[in-house]
Amino acid sequence: MKKGYFGSFGGQFVPELLIPPLEELEKAMDKFLSHKDFQQELKNILTDYVGRPTPLYYCKNLSQELGFHLWLKREDLAHTGAHKINNTIGQALLAKYMGKTSLVAETGAGQHGVATATAAAMLGLECIVFMGAKDVERQAINVRRMELLGAKVEPVHSGTRTLKDAINEALRYWISHQQTTHYCLGSVVGPHPFPLLVRELQSVIGREAKEQIREKTGRLPGMIIACVGGGSNAMGIFYPFFEDKEVELVGVEAGGSGTPGSYHSATLNKGTAGVLHGTHTYLLQTDEGQILPSHSIAPGLDYPGVGPEHSFFKDCGRARYEVIYDEQALSAFYTLSQKEGIIPALESSHAVAYALELKGRLKGDDHVVVNLSGRGDKDLGIVFGLE
Amino acid sequence: MSKQGLRDKIKQAALKGRKALIPFLPAGFPGKQRFWEEIMMLDEHGADIIEIGVPFSDPVADGPVVEGASIKCLAQGVNLEWIFAGLKEYRPKLTAEIVLMGYFNPFLQFGIKKLMAAARETGVSGFIVPDLPLEEAKPYLGELKAQGLEYIPLLGLNTSEPRMEEYAEMDPAFVYMVSVLGITGSKVDINQVLIEKLKQAREIFSCPIALGFGLKSPEQLGTIGEYIDAVVFGSALIKHIEEGGTSNDFMARWG
Repeated sequence: MKKGYFGSFGGQFVPELLIPPLEELEKAMDKFLSHKDFQQELKNILTDYVGRPTPLYYCKNLSQELGFHLWLKREDLAHTGAHKINNTIGQALLAKYMGKTSLVAETGAGQHGVATATAAAMLGLECIVFMGAKDVERQAINVRRMELLGAKVEPVHSGTRTLKDAINEALRYWISHQQTTHYCLGSVVGPHPFPLLVRELQSVIGREAKEQIREKTGRLPGMIIACVGGGSNAMGIFYPFFEDKEVELVGVEAGGSGTPGSYHSATLNKGTAGVLHGTHTYLLQTDEGQILPSHSIAPGLDYPGVGPEHSFFKDCGRARYEVIYDEQALSAFYTLSQKEGIIPALESSHAVAYALELKGRLKGDDHVVVNLSGRGDKDLGIVFGLE
Repeated sequence: MSKQGLRDKIKQAALKGRKALIPFLPAGFPGKQRFWEEIMMLDEHGADIIEIGVPFSDPVADGPVVEGASIKCLAQGVNLEWIFAGLKEYRPKLTAEIVLMGYFNPFLQFGIKKLMAAARETGVSGFIVPDLPLEEAKPYLGELKAQGLEYIPLLGLNTSEPRMEEYAEMDPAFVYMVSVLGITGSKVDINQVLIEKLKQAREIFSCPIALGFGLKSPEQLGTIGEYIDAVVFGSALIKHIEEGGTSNDFMARWG
């Protein structure tokens, strides 16, 4: 396979001016990720600061109702309340090893921005976060949170003033600040080597889950379910099971309201292949190759592209990708809160909703693991706004 | 064919004792009809090569001026079909060479084969694709060459010598040196780093060198004139037109 590609997906579709920092990053990954000092330091931080390993929780009440065994990988219990921190801590540490003094990041709803600001504060790096102006208005609390952590938040007024434009702006900033700054990209998207780097750092989820489910059940699960926006939590839990063909991998995309003609974020189900943000992957776009706005009730799934490796998994059949609509996700949000006392993020609620749809369709001894990628406290404003 | 055409244009300018002038204008700017009038004006007033921008929703190498203009063009329904239809009508009246500058995705969705055929048919000499670096361009170079079309590489202040050598092996019609580590419309600082890079490029490339990004007027060039053969200007021209000017009086600055 061509370097930086997953089948026909991936690549490095970036301005020539970004080739040197991408090459520098690739070299740093080769040098440090497998180095034992780096690994030890990362492990210590993940244990004492992030709170890993996160538990694998058995949903007793829901399992009884659904007729199969339902498990949750509790990424919501990681520091800052989501899996995002696994990636930002790893990248911030790598940036330090590379001798960089600053991080730049994009953020949509603010989760990755908060996780980057957190890692930067802890490791003593400067941090600047680009955020669509529309999102700055919608997510005021997260803006305050990032600022409290010492980051500078830059509203982006170009384009649709949302996540995709924040990524454009972060890339532009990186072009002119590459000597001192590492671009801490928030998902398994973007040009090579980012999809590999973020997958590597998020794979801790799947490695832990594999060990935990074996310990608790003596075997591997029949199915793993995770929500997919850019796809980092899904890739993190899928990848360590890639070779275990008996484990079915299911990614869940956000279908939006489901009203015909309305915007959504179901890139793999309804998109077509093209190039955005440095990578060849499925996209939501017009016939003429202009990028369409996306939408989901879950801000973290609201992205018109998807990680290139997911595009590859879809086309080669290793994973399948399903659609859950806003209303189903919302219903799962209430169900998990009331039946298990866990308030899930609206993103993760999409994965939970798909598991709930399986009621009566699996056998009594089937085990299903849902990656509960984040906690839902951040979404109370959205949910109460709808009531 | 296109290669020689582009090089000849640059050479003719040199014979007249000036740098070749390469204005950039996004297709459909400042309006669909006015755009072609501006192109005609650029052609009449000394443009040697004209870069027509193919608008894209997410132009990552561009600053706010070009992005803003591109988005306005998209809102008017500008697309490659419209550009080629216009070129069919206006290209025969132009003496400048035409290149298309655009991001890869609109080209990819149009279809690369269809794109090359339309380019040949309408007298386009080549392409500048800011998000298609060497490795990603390679699969298309053979076909481009077979069709007599040019891929014009962009180089940066941070492009290494071995990488420049790889670009040189493609024998491009000319290369486009980006004057800053930044985006279009950035503030340019004519400094030693740029001069050294241009000197290095001179040694490696036998083809002409164009300089672009952030150029506003000839005075800016100062002492670096001797290391370049052509200048590209986009953001400054767009701003000039937005402020009520025309291509005509903008070009007069460079005459």
